Amino acid sequence: MKLLTLKHGLILIVILAAIVWLLPTFTNTWPHKKINLGLDLQGGMHLVLEVQNIKAVEAELERTADEIKKELRRNNTLHQGVSRQGNILVAQLPDQASKAAFEQIISKEFSNLKVTTAAVQDGSIGFHLKLPEDEMDMIRKMATDQALETIRNRIDEFGVSEPDIRIQGKNRILLQLPGISDPDRAKDLIGKTAQLTFQLVDEDAGIDSALKGNLPVGSMLLYENRTDPATGNTTQIPHVIKKQVLLDGSLLVNARVEFDQFQQPQVGIEFNRKGAHIFDRITGENIKKRLAIILDNTVYSAPVIQDRIAGGKAVITGNFTMNEAKDLAIALRAGSLPAPVEIIEERTVGPTLGADSIRMGMISMLVGGVLILLFMTVYYRKSGLIANLALILNIILIGGGLAAFQATLTLPGIAGIILTIGMAVDANVIIFERIREELRWGKTASAAVHAGFERAALTILDANVTTLIAAIVLFQFGTGPIKGFAVTLGLGIVASLFTALVLSRSIFDLVLQKKTTSSLSI
Amino acid sequence: MQLIKSDINIDFLGKRKITMVFSGLLILASIIGLIIHKGPNYGIDFAGGALVQVKFNQDVSIGQVRDSLAGLNLKDLSVQDFGKADTHEFLIRTANTGSEDSGLAQAVSAAIEQGTGFTPDIRRMEMVGPQVGDDLKKQALLAIFYSLLFITIYISGRFELKWILSGVTAGAMMAVVYFLSVFNVSMPILIAGALVVSLILFWRLRLKYAMGAMIALIHDVFITVGIFCIFDMDFSLPIIAALLTIIGYSLNDTIIVFDRIRENIKGESDRTGLPDLFNQSINQTLSRTILTSVTTLIVLLALFFLGGEIIHNFAFAMIVGVVIGTYSSIFVATPIVLSASLKRMN
Repeated sequence: MKLLTLKHGLILIVILAAIVWLLPTFTNTWPHKKINLGLDLQGGMHLVLEVQNIKAVEAELERTADEIKKELRRNNTLHQGVSRQGNILVAQLPDQASKAAFEQIISKEFSNLKVTTAAVQDGSIGFHLKLPEDEMDMIRKMATDQALETIRNRIDEFGVSEPDIRIQGKNRILLQLPGISDPDRAKDLIGKTAQLTFQLVDEDAGIDSALKGNLPVGSMLLYENRTDPATGNTTQIPHVIKKQVLLDGSLLVNARVEFDQFQQPQVGIEFNRKGAHIFDRITGENIKKRLAIILDNTVYSAPVIQDRIAGGKAVITGNFTMNEAKDLAIALRAGSLPAPVEIIEERTVGPTLGADSIRMGMISMLVGGVLILLFMTVYYRKSGLIANLALILNIILIGGGLAAFQATLTLPGIAGIILTIGMAVDANVIIFERIREELRWGKTASAAVHAGFERAALTILDANVTTLIAAIVLFQFGTGPIKGFAVTLGLGIVASLFTALVLSRSIFDLVLQKKTTSSLSI
Repeated sequence: MQLIKSDINIDFLGKRKITMVFSGLLILASIIGLIIHKGPNYGIDFAGGALVQVKFNQDVSIGQVRDSLAGLNLKDLSVQDFGKADTHEFLIRTANTGSEDSGLAQAVSAAIEQGTGFTPDIRRMEMVGPQVGDDLKKQALLAIFYSLLFITIYISGRFELKWILSGVTAGAMMAVVYFLSVFNVSMPILIAGALVVSLILFWRLRLKYAMGAMIALIHDVFITVGIFCIFDMDFSLPIIAALLTIIGYSLNDTIIVFDRIRENIKGESDRTGLPDLFNQSINQTLSRTILTSVTTLIVLLALFFLGGEIIHNFAFAMIVGVVIGTYSSIFVATPIVLSASLKRMN
């Protein structure tokens, strides 16, 4: 009698491998790969952001419009406006001479633009200019890529262990942030565009007429939030700001939290050499004028320039709390987002709920498992014990599989394991029922076992393939927790095929080899 | 031990008129439920919106929570008890989404603290934008469609060894979906169209096993959805997972019976004995059918009662599905195959 054949050796290797993979989850031994817990179990935040990358295209168009105007001015060509309307640039030229000059400039300097229409209306010639489709696509794609990079930098500085940040589809960014303790603060930091600009206050415009809608050309109305330290009330103060951006945050080299003389946090910024040079020039040219520091279309302060400022250093004040100042510094250091982002999906689970879910999942798994073990023992006696052994190994195999494939265990995933406990015995039930039938037809124990496994094998395969199909489809279409369910369901099916068709059979064979009697406890 | 006697011989198929009427009534009830509730009750996963789950250590009533949130002007606000009454846990739902609510959890927490005097533990917060909700709905329906498609290919190929015909049916299903999607037809109608076409094809191509299994699956999913609707329970992503698992499970059951029919029918040329043969096959597999349902139901009941509130609806859907799936393999799928086989005689 061969006790250890090649087949038995393989079975042992599979079981041992599963145990080796599973152990680190509890003991932190080699190979040090624990089962990953999903955000719904360990607590954390799942965010999907949509990059409004059409804004990046619009910004590119505005820049192009400015450049065209500059070029026209240099050539002393008259025009009646070059501006963006939606996705196109509209240029108005007064006469044929300027039209010819304009066309020459476009073909020489802006050959990437497609001229779609040139219509004459009321004596002026109108041009429609478009960016080619592939160039717009590229701008959109770059905006998404750059947003991803910026957000990753911010998260890294914020300090989240094992974040998962990836692009989803064309313009969405998926973030999985485990163990976030202050979700609102994290969201503020991630969603901040952090578009820092220095622009002059339009001193000639009256605030009152601006509020009525009479804005001078080239100026806009922006607000400053001012909080009264005594009452805590916030008021919005309007400012008329010139549209021209003198300096922006792209030339920053550093931003950090500092304190003013009242120990109030503020953010100190430092420009690189080019930025410092520009800052030096604009402060020198605009002494006694007010320079507004604007962040994401909100005025933070608009101090009067007292003197030329060399060295390229400035501070942003704004009644920050310590955390707000810290996060603003992080955002400025990491750079601004190329386009605003919008949170379109959020799922946050607090750590207490995650812990409860694990506990309840484990309790139902234990109770369900013990009931099944009892049931099988009572119903099939000693053969039931074989099924029970198969069942326990099944769970070890699922656990080992989860760790080996570095899959994520979620709450629905635990439900999948529980479901597997109920369904995995099915394979053994099919076999046992068949053996009982064969015994009734008068076969000997070993013949009945042989016939039972032979006939049941195909049925078991057929029956499990369908659930496996469902699991694979779910894995393809599902996200997060649902994917976890598909993984454990799929692993459970494969494991139960192995334990029923290979393991149970080997045990039966071993038992029957030893026995001389033809009775079978089933 | 034996629950089912080995010599059991119940005339299941003799009662098929009664069970057909019963199934018909269930489907009718589901349709009425769907009409009364104006379609399935979509949770925020599909409808979009936000929810905040809060828990108190103190005795706070649902009315207090509701009153303290009144000032926030949340659209379609609903507050309900979550889990057992003594846990002081509530689920706050609103249709509000969008960036202006990025601080919803904070706003809710502050309002409750002001209104009740107690600080709630924010256990969970979910926000799904309308665009994402639509995407998820589409994905869920696609998932159901694809699993039906693959399963169709598998059963007709596997059971009647007509892989080419099953490929034709699958191709037809895809074609219908493609054709209808050109006209921008809504997803449920798309899938219904594909199913009807595939059933007609099964009939024309004489793929009787595939037809029986498919009708049983539609029966199971439809009734489960109907029961969910009647009990006014929310459709969320886990429920879709449950529906797909039910499809797999119910088919599993059906296949066991079909397998036995195929085994018994081998070499049988006399077709007058078909009803007996089908009945015999059901009886022979009855013990296994009942046992597997029992073990699956045991663990599902453990999950339902002990698994916690979040997994509650999932467990409920599975329980309903397992019961209906077991019923349908005996009383829906098999009678259809029998009727189709008898029709072919004349």
